[in-house]
Amino acid sequence: MSKPATLYDKVWDQHVVSDLGDGVSLLHVDRNFIHDLSGTRALRALAKEDRQVRYPSQTFACPDHTVSTDPLSDHTGERYERCVDPLRELSAKEGVRFFDMGSPEFGIIHVIGPELGLTLPGTLVLCGDSHTCTHGGLGALAWGIGVSEVAHVLATGTVLQKKAKRLRVNFEGTVPYGVSAKDLILYLIGREGAASGDGYAVEYAGSAIREMDVEARMTLCNLSIEMGAKIGMIAADEKTIEYVSGREYAPTGDAWEAAIEHWRGLSSDDGAVFDKELVVDVADVVPQVTWGTSPEHVVGIDGFVPDPAEEIDPDKRRSLEAAIEYTNLIPGTALDGVPIDRVFIGSCTNSRLSDLRAAAAVVKGRKVSGHVGAWVVPGSQAVKDAAEAEGLDVVFRDAGFEWREPGCSLCVGSNGETIAPGQRCVATSNRNFVGRQGKGSHTHLVSPVMAAAAALSGCITDARKIEG
Amino acid sequence: MEKFSTLTSVAAPMMQSNVDTDIIVPMDRMVTADRNAMHTFAFEPWRFLSDGSENPDFVLNRDPFRGAKILLTGKNFGCGSSREGAVWAIAGLGIRCLIGSSFGNIFYNNCFQNGILPIKLPIDIIEDFTTLANSGGNAAVFEVDLDKCLIMPSSGDPVPFDIEPNRQTQLLEGLDDVGVTLKRRGEIEQFRELDRRNRPWIYV
Repeated sequence: MSKPATLYDKVWDQHVVSDLGDGVSLLHVDRNFIHDLSGTRALRALAKEDRQVRYPSQTFACPDHTVSTDPLSDHTGERYERCVDPLRELSAKEGVRFFDMGSPEFGIIHVIGPELGLTLPGTLVLCGDSHTCTHGGLGALAWGIGVSEVAHVLATGTVLQKKAKRLRVNFEGTVPYGVSAKDLILYLIGREGAASGDGYAVEYAGSAIREMDVEARMTLCNLSIEMGAKIGMIAADEKTIEYVSGREYAPTGDAWEAAIEHWRGLSSDDGAVFDKELVVDVADVVPQVTWGTSPEHVVGIDGFVPDPAEEIDPDKRRSLEAAIEYTNLIPGTALDGVPIDRVFIGSCTNSRLSDLRAAAAVVKGRKVSGHVGAWVVPGSQAVKDAAEAEGLDVVFRDAGFEWREPGCSLCVGSNGETIAPGQRCVATSNRNFVGRQGKGSHTHLVSPVMAAAAALSGCITDARKIEG
Repeated sequence: MEKFSTLTSVAAPMMQSNVDTDIIVPMDRMVTADRNAMHTFAFEPWRFLSDGSENPDFVLNRDPFRGAKILLTGKNFGCGSSREGAVWAIAGLGIRCLIGSSFGNIFYNNCFQNGILPIKLPIDIIEDFTTLANSGGNAAVFEVDLDKCLIMPSSGDPVPFDIEPNRQTQLLEGLDDVGVTLKRRGEIEQFRELDRRNRPWIYV
């Protein structure tokens, strides 16, 4: 009998084209997603070197970063000329499938990959975007790469990679009312730190994960990179198989039967060795909210802005001081009750149908606080269509939200959609970095229900007081 | 790619933890700036004041650190997005070597693609280097030898560092990864032929 192996090792081994020694392998890439920033640059670099896309049928292009989510946009201007139009043209030239704005396949790459059945359990998925770890929610081995590596994948269908160490995080217990996958992962990042995952491939396991639906698993894996781990994955199970079944690019017939048999073998064996293991008792977790400029600057909704003077570690103290200076918050302030200007529900973290349903359940029959500008940006055209089919757009609109077109939008502002300097935004996205949502912007990361509750209250608030 | 063998330069300390790629180059510049102009916006939120003038307090705006080719960095430098523009921005400033306790994983990979050497050392050694750098004068000058894997402070003992052998070769020889991998095309085709039988659903 072979040695017990981890999920990560099993999927890795199935992709080794060549073992180059010192832990480095040349790995086969099953799915190469390219977008309008790094994808366009990589295709251009390739053309400059007189090289071609080697396996266009395994490459999929979709512009998500720079496209406007304004329903009235005519989709013209510098961003389109620099980023979107060349991606469309170069994709056509290279025979790469291109999911254009308005098509039913269009959306944020990390939403549409799984949605279209392109991302499958056990696949190796790469994209020039750090949140590629999202695809790990289906049991894929997925991580973000830079432009040069994207060009390498385009030209060769492979990636050079050094084996990571293995970390397993076991989320055990029953998730309390009002707590979501977003809260669990933010809690973990707060507890362990933004660099704690460096050098690891993370597997999330435990009873709370098995109970979690597949979209929530994607949310959890999405924030792996905010813990410093570029890979986060969850073994596929019957929930995953049910999720994948019937999707546009998912296998059918005999191939489907063979695939699910294969996928059922892709979980960590009993006795598999991890370099590190952590346990989170999910009963301890309350809704989370970030206060600072790193996802590790996070507290429960019953928490307070920390006082740097109480921090003994000089490095952490400096980091807290800098964050407090930027955020204009006073140490000791309760997060519950901090006034806000904007709300953003969207991004590859939390823009799927289940996220919009959860937020809409809080919003239904209520109104957005007068001074708050609140947006819902569905993650894809399919999410938008499905949400509209069940009337969620009406719920949001009636409450005073803007209901927008799919795209990355206010998560990163690369499409020109930003918040004004000094404004405070409660967001379901993934980063609260300095200037992330625009120069001088302040971001507080939360779950969809917490964002919805903040929009109604005009301040950061505990959604559990509003729900139900 | 430009080869890397030895480097002698003042080292500039930038010891904040979690310096993210949005600080190293803001997203709007990633959209509008060309690769060779990216350095104009390196560390933009810190390097410039709101009126666009230089921030005199920022380390790379101060003597003797202006033009430094070595950067001493804190924990998790380059965390955040995968944008290679962060490395282009740093490289464009003339920085060729980063010495830090840990780096954002994707950023770390991107460094090697652009002829930049990121060295990981324990934080106490970097703190010592920072003290030397801040003492100014000749003490702020370090020599980095990639062939011997040694850092030689002008004052003090040489400090060895580890680097993966393939990365060392890549930098020393200025190798183009794509060119090297393309020589394995036969192996790749062989893998795919077998894989197509094992996992036909991958080949859509």
